[in-house]
Amino acid sequence: MKTDEQIYAFKKPTIAQLQRDILPLQGFKMLSTDNSINLGFPPIENAFPNAVFPMGCTHEFLSASIEEMASTNGFIAVLLSKLMQFDGAAIWVSSSRSLFPHSLKRFGVQPDKIIFVDLKNERDTLYAIEESLKCKRITAVVGEIKHITFKESRRLQLAAEQSRVTGLLVRDQPNILNTTACLSRWHITALPRELPDGMPGIGFPRWNIELLRVRNGKPGVWQVEYSSDRLKEIKQNIFSIPMEERKTG
Amino acid sequence: MCKRFVAIWFRHLKTDWMIRHQPELKDVAFVLAEPQRGRMVITEVSAVAKTKGLCAGMIVADAKVIFPKVQIHDDKIDVSDKLLTKLAIWCIKYTPVATIDLPDGLILDVSGCSHLWGSEEAYLKDIVTKLRALGYHVRVAMADTLGAAWGVCRYGKEKAIIKNGEQSQALMSLPPAALRLEINITDRLQKLGLYKIKSFMHMQRSALRRRFGEQLLWRLDQALGNREEIINPVIPVEPYNERLPCLEPIQTAAGIEIALQKLLDKLCNRLEKEGKGLRNAIFKCYRVDSNIQEIKIRTNHPSKNVKHLFKLFEPKIATIEPALGIELFTLEASKIENIQSSQETFWTINSSLECLEVAELLDNLESKFGNNIIRRYLPDEHHLPEHSIKLAKSLNEKPTSEWKTDKLRPIRFLNQPEPIEVMAPIPDYPPMNFRFNGKLHKVTKADACERIESEWWLDKGLHRDYYVVQNEEGKCYWLFRLGHYGAGNKPSWFIHGFFE
Repeated sequence: MKTDEQIYAFKKPTIAQLQRDILPLQGFKMLSTDNSINLGFPPIENAFPNAVFPMGCTHEFLSASIEEMASTNGFIAVLLSKLMQFDGAAIWVSSSRSLFPHSLKRFGVQPDKIIFVDLKNERDTLYAIEESLKCKRITAVVGEIKHITFKESRRLQLAAEQSRVTGLLVRDQPNILNTTACLSRWHITALPRELPDGMPGIGFPRWNIELLRVRNGKPGVWQVEYSSDRLKEIKQNIFSIPMEERKTG
Repeated sequence: MCKRFVAIWFRHLKTDWMIRHQPELKDVAFVLAEPQRGRMVITEVSAVAKTKGLCAGMIVADAKVIFPKVQIHDDKIDVSDKLLTKLAIWCIKYTPVATIDLPDGLILDVSGCSHLWGSEEAYLKDIVTKLRALGYHVRVAMADTLGAAWGVCRYGKEKAIIKNGEQSQALMSLPPAALRLEINITDRLQKLGLYKIKSFMHMQRSALRRRFGEQLLWRLDQALGNREEIINPVIPVEPYNERLPCLEPIQTAAGIEIALQKLLDKLCNRLEKEGKGLRNAIFKCYRVDSNIQEIKIRTNHPSKNVKHLFKLFEPKIATIEPALGIELFTLEASKIENIQSSQETFWTINSSLECLEVAELLDNLESKFGNNIIRRYLPDEHHLPEHSIKLAKSLNEKPTSEWKTDKLRPIRFLNQPEPIEVMAPIPDYPPMNFRFNGKLHKVTKADACERIESEWWLDKGLHRDYYVVQNEEGKCYWLFRLGHYGAGNKPSWFIHGFFE
């Protein structure tokens, strides 16, 4: 008579294999042709399955105010700089853009590599995001969109999986927070900046990065400072989300 | 069949051309001059100036003594080449073989052409009257050989048409210069008293060769018709235009699509052969009631891809109103560019702006949503933030200067700065608090002021003093004060952007 533990040990490789097979079905595909990117910040990467920031899928960013929108754009610029490190091009689709291209350079993105598509309404924006996601020669698509239904997000996710383009959807003050087919959901807010020893000035950008949802991963919260072209964890007052507030997709 | 040539001599080519463009010069004596060996030498005189006794080769100072009111214009060297080429293309309505004869003439090979105008007289008369109507002073001559026509045109005094085989009589009384000889040969002939061609035409060839070289014999043979002369005709660029007439008037969208497809196939086939691509195209439908319906497309990248171009036209086909039917379709490519083909890598999908797929994606978006939706920015050398970027004209335009990061610029920027209420210490300290969107923000941190002066040579305006401030929640804003605090004036404050 085998004990439960013995049965588990016997089935463990099978279960692990099954889990590996399920991952690609859920949007975590890794192709040999993909340039794997390194965010340079292991805690965030460890939140994803296989500890790799997933490309060829869509990520969703929430923002509740214009100030949060600015912080979100800052973090997106950092992601873009990592995604575009192999001389790529990106498309930024929006119907109410106020991003200042000049400032992207501070985050290591060459602003002239970004094509801005400025449209009149949300409907057109959604179409343009989908068309852009279908174009294989683009590295990333940033779409500023307020409302998106589950079905629409599913279309975008499938298009991204097909073309291996990374989609970053920025949702500015959405009325309802519905479920989407995006692989992850983020919320970025600004933290007070600090400089050592009361030095004059403002200091480097600091963010509270909340990974609210991630499929098959571990959501988390990180306090991060962006200086000298990389993300660094802020050491003091680390806290985590209570277990009951965590959700997985 | 014997050959016939027409030589056209423009006596005041460049000056006539200038009069055409600036009619106020018509009654003015003006000359074109260029510097030669440290002095201004006249290269061409206008018809009016010629009557005052001025001629090419004079020094400008001398000309001013002869006729003080003369106007001097700078000579442009390459004008005559371009101008003559255009005139030669214009002359193609008279003959398929036309060539330019620098510096101031045209040569037409009119063998078998003149009878279409009735007679050679009528033919020449037509050429002369049309050119004179354009404002050019011309002389023309027709002969069996190019050389004879050239000589008679410039030096002949009696008649312009030299009949078949009569070129040797016609040349008899002309000076040696009529043979298109180099200046040192004509000088030597002059020195020896050979003022007319007839004086040396029948001399022994070996004697002429010994004294004057091979060139004289060549030119003489060419003028008399003993030696062939080859001319290099101008070939006009054929417009990128395709036509498709229909036997029966077309009324259906399906019919229009077939017509468009056929025209695109033809046009793209030609573009493919020439290594070119189109940027703009117009598809015109001529209706039976003589109305013309047209649709236009524009691309971001020179394209010769039928499928892609058809896709751009497709949504616009519905706007064509066929009414009683369309009898003729034309497709015109109004802007053509060379395609720089590059080697594509096979094993990796590389992503870059120059890729055809990206350009086609942008074309599709533009054709759906209008032309002004796509923007790409390049740095511009200005300090004012709204002027520090400029729009790129094409996808492969490269930045001419670096993107600067020495000054802090916000990530989100308000195109129109919004006024805010501020409490700030005088004279130039950052505010202590400010009210924006109905909320009071207490400033906890601020950076030193960055003053940006407006560019007085471009526009007038007060300078701006920019401050980066952070409120108690850690959110950062870009505020500025317009102008100074001074006697009686209270400068206003604005918010111009948000930091991440």
